Amino acid sequence: MTMLCRVRADLHVHTCLSPCGDLEMSPRKIAATALARNIRMLAICDHNSAENAPAVIMAAKAGNTTVLPGMEVCSKEEIHVLGIFEELDAAFKLQSIVYDHLPGKNDPDVFGPQVVANEWDEVLGFQEKLLIGASDLPVDRVVDEIHRLGGLAIASHIDRQMFSVISQLGFIPDGLRFDALELTCYIRTDEARHRFERSRQFPLVRNSDAHQLADLGTNTSEYLVERPSLEEIRKALRDEDGRTVIEE
Amino acid sequence: MKLKDVAQQPHLSLRCGGDHIDRDVTGGYAGDLLSDVIANSKAGDVWLTMQVHMNIVAVAVLKDLAGIILVGGREPAEETLERAKKEKVAILVSDLPAFETSGRLFTLIGGGA
Repeated sequence: MTMLCRVRADLHVHTCLSPCGDLEMSPRKIAATALARNIRMLAICDHNSAENAPAVIMAAKAGNTTVLPGMEVCSKEEIHVLGIFEELDAAFKLQSIVYDHLPGKNDPDVFGPQVVANEWDEVLGFQEKLLIGASDLPVDRVVDEIHRLGGLAIASHIDRQMFSVISQLGFIPDGLRFDALELTCYIRTDEARHRFERSRQFPLVRNSDAHQLADLGTNTSEYLVERPSLEEIRKALRDEDGRTVIEE
Repeated sequence: MKLKDVAQQPHLSLRCGGDHIDRDVTGGYAGDLLSDVIANSKAGDVWLTMQVHMNIVAVAVLKDLAGIILVGGREPAEETLERAKKEKVAILVSDLPAFETSGRLFTLIGGGA
């Protein structure tokens, strides 16, 4: 018989690569903070880029924290969508599609620096694309590409007034197949179920959306899974084989 | 004022809903956050937006808006056009950006309220 265990996961964490991310969000500090706060699983989702995911994965190995590579893609409607993968290769394939559809060049003085780091917190370089900007990919295409690459597509912070599928499109369109909807710490789950009519069709999850270390792991969901992996999280979101998202 | 009078403006061109432009326009609303448009637009408004996603049709139906004007030369997505035809919602495209389009229509229609 399979043994299931509770895994607390924060599947939306930024690094110093995001222009709005604090410089202290370095791979080693993220790994150490997750360990100290008993967060056994992270997904690294910088704006429109996955370039710092490898460093955090490496930095977290010693502490046995599972780190999934991902991105927070901004669609042309300015909806933020998390694409979370098991393998780096898939995350980089999504990144390459997004980069081809992402206009503009970053101005570090205005938006902040976009630091690419290694697992020793050394600066490898600066990403010059305008990561804070919107791609020209329609949201349906973003979700389709994430699924085509085997990832999970989660609608970011649906209760926020900006960059959420609800703020931008009024409601979740028919046929947009998110694997889950993310809530911020500012809304209770029952309140969200009530306020967003169509949310009943989707699992709700909590992530920190941390841009600074203080926030990492502060708004999370617990998953009943066999082990911390993307496939197990997928099963939990679908309530398959006894796996589930534990309602608070 | 009728929607067909609005549609005759030189910077506007009709994409669908030509059979439904005989309806009255009583005001206008501009916005790209559909949640805001749902909350604040009024029945009979023409709605100026940049969003081309098919949810704009649902919002126009829900709020009984007179029609949708896409600004800055943006074209409706294919499924948006299909849905608009089905729901009998007129969509127009303005060659001008939002500010210029609003200014001209405000003068033409008046401020609504």
